Amino acid sequence: MKYISEYRDPQLVKKYLHELFRVTTRPWTLMEICGGQTHSLVKNGLLDMLPPQINMVHGPGCPVCVTSVSVLDEALWLAQQPDVIFCSFGDMLRVPGSTQSLLHAKAAGADVRILYSPLEAVQLAVENPTKEVVFFAVGFETTAPANALSVVQAAARGVANYSILASHVLVPPAMEAILGDPDNLIDGFLAAGHVCTIMGTTEYDPIAAKYKVPIVVTGFEPADLLQGILMTVSQLEKGTYKVENQYARMVAREGNAMAMKAIHEVFDVSDRMWRGIGSIPESGYEVKEAYKQYNARVKFNIHLPVREEDPDCISGDIMRGHKKPVQCPAFGGRCRPEHPLGAPMVSSEGACAAYYQYKSSVCS
Amino acid sequence: MCLAIPGKVIAIHEGEDALFRKGKVSFSGITREVSLCMVPEVALGDYVLVHVGVAIGVVNEEEAKQIFSYLEQMGDLEELL
Repeated sequence: MKYISEYRDPQLVKKYLHELFRVTTRPWTLMEICGGQTHSLVKNGLLDMLPPQINMVHGPGCPVCVTSVSVLDEALWLAQQPDVIFCSFGDMLRVPGSTQSLLHAKAAGADVRILYSPLEAVQLAVENPTKEVVFFAVGFETTAPANALSVVQAAARGVANYSILASHVLVPPAMEAILGDPDNLIDGFLAAGHVCTIMGTTEYDPIAAKYKVPIVVTGFEPADLLQGILMTVSQLEKGTYKVENQYARMVAREGNAMAMKAIHEVFDVSDRMWRGIGSIPESGYEVKEAYKQYNARVKFNIHLPVREEDPDCISGDIMRGHKKPVQCPAFGGRCRPEHPLGAPMVSSEGACAAYYQYKSSVCS
Repeated sequence: MCLAIPGKVIAIHEGEDALFRKGKVSFSGITREVSLCMVPEVALGDYVLVHVGVAIGVVNEEEAKQIFSYLEQMGDLEELL
């Protein structure tokens, strides 16, 4: 496919690896934020090819992994209400809440449907006027415009039986939470490419300056990742800490104005609880008061007790970069993709699932 | 989750309302209807980045080539220094 396959060219990958070995003289710890990047790094065996001084740790950039148990319990509660069609992206279905997953609820008779796009959920609401259609609006900044657009389109079409359960999370506050930790190990970041397609790169300038870390906006294919790592390590070796953009074919400095307009139309910035990490101030989006009739929390007046996650899951340590999945006592034993204790084992973008699937290359 | 795939715009359906502007996008032959409301600048034949049914950006063709010349440029810069 154009704009994908050429970035998987083994010769190009070799050139970047060669240069990376040439410039790396000291140990560096880099974090890739996005779970898609984690998956690509592990799947393509890149972790084994890097210079041994480079330690890649895997950040909290998988929305499936960081959606809190309490929000999953809200989703389960909604799915079990009469006359509700509960719609979700497929990878949220197996994530365990405090008692069960959406897949369990579906097996027990709840009308839970997997959709590709929130815009399909609006159409489903039009076609089922006697039902309430709720979309599980998870995701980072990348997904927020589409979820916002579904609300704006529903409002414009006068669709009253549609609402969203918003659980949006934002990247920059999570990076600040990691960098502000006194035990922080991270020397440089690969920022998440598609998040920056929406938001641009300017919000990273103050973070790079405040914490003196290079931040390189990076794509997802093997050559993209190696170029991003090379740009980050080159800065570290030189002692600079700028924001650079490896992924300029998809990311403009100013982002996508129409997408940001949709976000600001529908959402306010709010505090958000991150699974495995805890509450981070101003790190999420919640539906604005003006659109409260599309906010499932308001519409269904949800008030559930706050539950804790499984104490054996060390996902918080993994997502902060303190531990690797293979250092978890439950990894591959009590916790497996078919029976996950925590969310990083559920989504293919979760660090634990990526290690489990391709572990022969990383456990050796 | 943030997976987004580039595809070629092969049809644009201009409606009366820009909020509902849609088009057909081909991903190496597999086609899908996609919202184009967030890429008002898009033209037929452009490549767009599609995420959950919405085009979120137009591929910058010039920038797409830089990865192939970056190492040579780095080498040239070092020679100058």
